[in-house]
Amino acid sequence: MKRMLSFIITVLVLTGVMVFTTPGLLDKVRLGLDLKGGFEILYHAEPMEAGAELSRASLQKTAESLEKRANALGTSEPEVTTEGTDRIRLKIAGVTDEAEVRKKMKEPAVLTFRSAAPGDPQGTFSKIELVGSDFVEGAAEVQRNNLNQPEISIKIKDKDKFAEITKRLLGKEMAIYLDDQLLGNPPVVRAVLTDGTASISGNYTIDGARELADTINLGALPLKLTEKYSQSVGATLGKQSLDQTIKAGLVGSVIILIFMIGMYRLPGLLASFALILHTWLLIAVFVVADFTLTLPGIAAFILGIGMAVDANIITNERIREEMRNGKSILSSVKAGNKTSFRTVMDANVTTIIVAAVMFAFGTGAVKGFALILIVEIVLSIVTNLYFAHWLLTVLVKAGALKKPKQFGVKESDIRAL
Amino acid sequence: MRFKKELDFVHLSRFFYIFSIAITVAGLIFLATMGLNYSVDFKAGSNVDVALSKNITLEQLKPALKDLGISHEPDITLGENRVNIRYDEVLDSNQDEALKAAVTKLDDKASFEINTVDTEMAKELARNAIYSVLISCLGIIIYVSIRFEWRFALAAIVALVHDAFIVVAIFSIFRLEVDLTFIVAVLTIIGYSINDTIVIFDRIRENLRFGKQKTYEDLKVLVNKSVAQTLMRSLYTAFTVFIAAFFLLVMGGESIKMFSLAMVIGLLFGAYSSIFIASPLWLLLKKRQKQPVKSNPAKA
Repeated sequence: MKRMLSFIITVLVLTGVMVFTTPGLLDKVRLGLDLKGGFEILYHAEPMEAGAELSRASLQKTAESLEKRANALGTSEPEVTTEGTDRIRLKIAGVTDEAEVRKKMKEPAVLTFRSAAPGDPQGTFSKIELVGSDFVEGAAEVQRNNLNQPEISIKIKDKDKFAEITKRLLGKEMAIYLDDQLLGNPPVVRAVLTDGTASISGNYTIDGARELADTINLGALPLKLTEKYSQSVGATLGKQSLDQTIKAGLVGSVIILIFMIGMYRLPGLLASFALILHTWLLIAVFVVADFTLTLPGIAAFILGIGMAVDANIITNERIREEMRNGKSILSSVKAGNKTSFRTVMDANVTTIIVAAVMFAFGTGAVKGFALILIVEIVLSIVTNLYFAHWLLTVLVKAGALKKPKQFGVKESDIRAL
Repeated sequence: MRFKKELDFVHLSRFFYIFSIAITVAGLIFLATMGLNYSVDFKAGSNVDVALSKNITLEQLKPALKDLGISHEPDITLGENRVNIRYDEVLDSNQDEALKAAVTKLDDKASFEINTVDTEMAKELARNAIYSVLISCLGIIIYVSIRFEWRFALAAIVALVHDAFIVVAIFSIFRLEVDLTFIVAVLTIIGYSINDTIVIFDRIRENLRFGKQKTYEDLKVLVNKSVAQTLMRSLYTAFTVFIAAFFLLVMGGESIKMFSLAMVIGLLFGAYSSIFIASPLWLLLKKRQKQPVKSNPAKA
């Protein structure tokens, strides 16, 4: 009776927990861009000048700047990650004006100081004196000048070079360009600047000056970005994929559960319970570990259920076999659990090997798929092996399962020992 | 439900060897002459998937796409409230926008999915996929050799490569599109195939412990018995996993259609090869070990 009680309590408590937490958990699952719409770009980063070294720090810095830019554009939760030694992956969900975001991202501002070359018409400057990589990275900042006007100060790496330029251009105009756009009125060089600091002044508001300083800081990074891969999914299309795939999964799962119960009766029902627990745990892992659910992820999810069913089928087939050989129910269950355990472990370990290789070599979708498969197999071992075995053993010991018929075994098939 | 009649799987497998070899040869011919129908994932270019609120005809779409300033003609596939437009060259963001604008003019509720891959990236993906398969095989050989013996490992690998290759061959023969998810599917099939094979091998290993098998006949009986004992499980599992993959194929999202199709084909062959290819192959290898001199010529 005690055993029966612990069985009932376990099942009731777990059912309760699952029923109450599932809606909340489902809401918290983070959806991938392919399921909620958005776009993803993989950039290849390289130094502005050929042959220059690409440092880890500059890559990190570029990623941060991209994220800042995405945030500045008011997009929701941009996700910027560095990959390998020279890649940056950018994911932005629910973007309406994708073109604008893309343009801002793709064209990092290049800051140049220019002077008028001989033959330039009035007001145009074509001789480039200083380029982005001459400035100290991230050093542009907003200050106030004597008249309390906001101005942007920039530090130059090579003081001597700057001194030489200012000496040469003394009394002449030196224009500041952001990309091909002239910033403010070209200031006239009034003194030879030897401390390596230049300032840009104009009629800026404090916010405008800050924004410009941020842009300059990004532009001052010595990395050039090229798009390697991009994926953009409309919100409607994403939702449609999600709905269709989940519906397909539900129908498939229900048929599997009906099959299990029809085929294995009470043990099949226990197996179904273990399968549902397995699915619930997987969703919980998704939420706790903050995994992103993508379309291939759902596929892994549903196929993993198919595989988890295999563990139950192997066990139950084995138990039935022992029973047909004339063993008692308890010893059949014990022997079946024991022998099937080894089989299932071997089968699962080999699948984990495949998944681990996929994880190691894959990118994006493949990695996600492999990770889910691994998590799922581990969970399956816990629920469909240990837990399902335990449930069955408890029921048998409690005397709730006494007849071979309850296992779907015909009396006539049982051989005498 | 049980098989009461003793089936001679080993004997039957001879016919299946021929069947498998025939498909393999056909696949090799197709692969060598036609290759695979790569999607943008492996060939640089842009792929545009559009979900529409109504059906658009080719006559409406073609002129609309004409003035985008894209030199090459795209491949257009129309579906139910859906259209797929495929360019061999990479669309830049202006062309992207122009295309969207053109289609939106025809249907203002259109929703887009645009995938663009650079050639270099595509090659890297393909290379990694091949590495993955090779390293998976190596890992499996090591594990199975430790847990069982090398003959099981070798037979399992042959079955696994067979399954993976047949899926690739079928995709080549029917000109089905090979994308990144296809690679995932092939790797998953390898996982399932090995899973399925291991269960039968496990039973053979277990049965080997009872009594001594002296002759080829003894071993043959043992393999037949082991396959028969695990047959129901093989069929049930193939059925349940097939159900999951099948519903993904018919009801799931458009972008995993090819994945599901590859899975369905692979699962069927995975179950088949475990029974008719892997187990008899092990017997063949084992036979050489047992009777190096007096092998029975009639059974060779």
